[in-house]
Amino acid sequence: MRIEPLGDSALIVRVEDEFRAETSLNAVLAALRSLERAAIPGVIELAPAYTTIGVFFDPARIEPAGPDDSPFETLGTKIQSILDASAFEKRSEIEPPLHEIPVCYHGEFAFDLAEVAQRAGLTEAEVVRRYGEAVYRVTCVGFTPGFPYLSGLPAELATPRRVTPRKEIAAGSVAIGGAQTGIYSVKSPGGWNVIGRTPLRLFDMQRERPALLRTGDTVRFRGISREEFESLAR
Amino acid sequence: MKVSVVSAGFFTSVQDLGRVGFRQSGISVGGALDPHAMRVANALIGNEDNAAGLEATMGNLRLRFEDQRIVAWCGGAFTVRIGRADLPPGHAGLVAQGEELMLSAPKTGSRAWLAISGGIDVPSVLGSRSTDFRGNFGGHQGRTLRDGDTLPLGESSVSPGRVAEMFGDRKIAEWTALSSWITTAQRARFLRVLPAPDWSLFTPEAQAALISQPFTVMLDSDRMGARLDGPDLERADASDLLSEAVAPGTLQVPPNGKPILLLGDCQTVGGYPKIAQVITVDLSIAAQLWPGDQVRFHEISLGEAQFLVREREEDFARFRVGLSLHKS
Repeated sequence: MRIEPLGDSALIVRVEDEFRAETSLNAVLAALRSLERAAIPGVIELAPAYTTIGVFFDPARIEPAGPDDSPFETLGTKIQSILDASAFEKRSEIEPPLHEIPVCYHGEFAFDLAEVAQRAGLTEAEVVRRYGEAVYRVTCVGFTPGFPYLSGLPAELATPRRVTPRKEIAAGSVAIGGAQTGIYSVKSPGGWNVIGRTPLRLFDMQRERPALLRTGDTVRFRGISREEFESLAR
Repeated sequence: MKVSVVSAGFFTSVQDLGRVGFRQSGISVGGALDPHAMRVANALIGNEDNAAGLEATMGNLRLRFEDQRIVAWCGGAFTVRIGRADLPPGHAGLVAQGEELMLSAPKTGSRAWLAISGGIDVPSVLGSRSTDFRGNFGGHQGRTLRDGDTLPLGESSVSPGRVAEMFGDRKIAEWTALSSWITTAQRARFLRVLPAPDWSLFTPEAQAALISQPFTVMLDSDRMGARLDGPDLERADASDLLSEAVAPGTLQVPPNGKPILLLGDCQTVGGYPKIAQVITVDLSIAAQLWPGDQVRFHEISLGEAQFLVREREEDFARFRVGLSLHKS
């Protein structure tokens, strides 16, 4: 584990050296929970992604431990000792929530399904079948509010981003970008290959936690008909 | 209890000090691009630090007030008038019922923050009244202001008797704040930086160029970031990086070698390498950048940068105490 400053008011905790879907995310989640529980004075918020946790803090609210210490050193030492002390907790105890996301692959929503199928040398139905069999994990949330980046895409379905991004992609669009997949959370421009759409709201400010998915969560996709899409969207 | 937008100007939005605590949902902090200027303007008129005000980009803003209010502004080199009186930056001014405030286009700089006593009373969304342009929520209907909009104002905490004490027969109060806080566009466009986590991935030439060469702000810059033109910042190692946390002030470098200086509306995570990070107190200068401006970077130490934040907090606390003495 390494801790590096990102300017004077943030630092990055590198929990793992390399990304391995299951173990890295579980290690990051365990570290995130330890730091949340510790509620260190002066720490404003925590932002996990892949192998790291961004820690945002107010340097004016962190009292240096010694005359030669900076707030960064003091906070870094504190974080290190919290994570060392919690390293004995069993990471296997982490059981991230599993979300089942209904997706309609109807031609009206699946602009790029044919392209993905062609590149993979598969039929569209086979792409949909393989996409739906895989289990995914949220590696980070960003791009737009509530947009989940997902790992776990079957390698044969990887498709390069479109050369020219679309100016507008509807909220709920399920898409493949390189080796990753994700779900457009709000209407936005984007360059990923859209293969379907979910009626679920990935981002809703009326909810206490506006983003449906969090870093570390597990996701599966379930194919639905056009009719089911309409009834769920209501 | 309302203010009418006679002319909304180029790009004006409701902002406070930002939306904190939702990075895990991918929500930017946003808020005033120079949060320090916003809180200084608020402090000058007796508002809480986090009261919502207006961020006016390139000016041309005209407001008409339904009732008597105290206002103050900080930022670029704008001309602001209340009726026919000049309101200099960093001074409280009294706006009478039915009177107009006019904020011209700036001579230098690009943004101004206007505080109004009582604050702009739009609904608080996820703990903030700031406008989020990535999710189109918060602020006034999640968008920039338009001509003819009406904004609700909060109850002004300053009583009429207090107003008489503060202003007497003047329209503009005498007290003010440090000039470096209120006229940020007049400072030299030198941004102090710290090496960021991916500094060592760049060639020695790129590292040297960053801190010795000028960069020019490009046209497609916005509240998310200022795109910079200058020497190509090449990487010694071009491996793909995993996305991780970024922050306002991060200088990230896409494959074309042209750095982007991230500002308040930036994404919460980014996958481009981060060569350097602008120090917190210099975000006030970064928030004034406009296409065509030249900017230079200067490296300092982490210890100095953290000292500067602490020093500014102490100065601001003293400033608040001083203001409360003025008014008593």
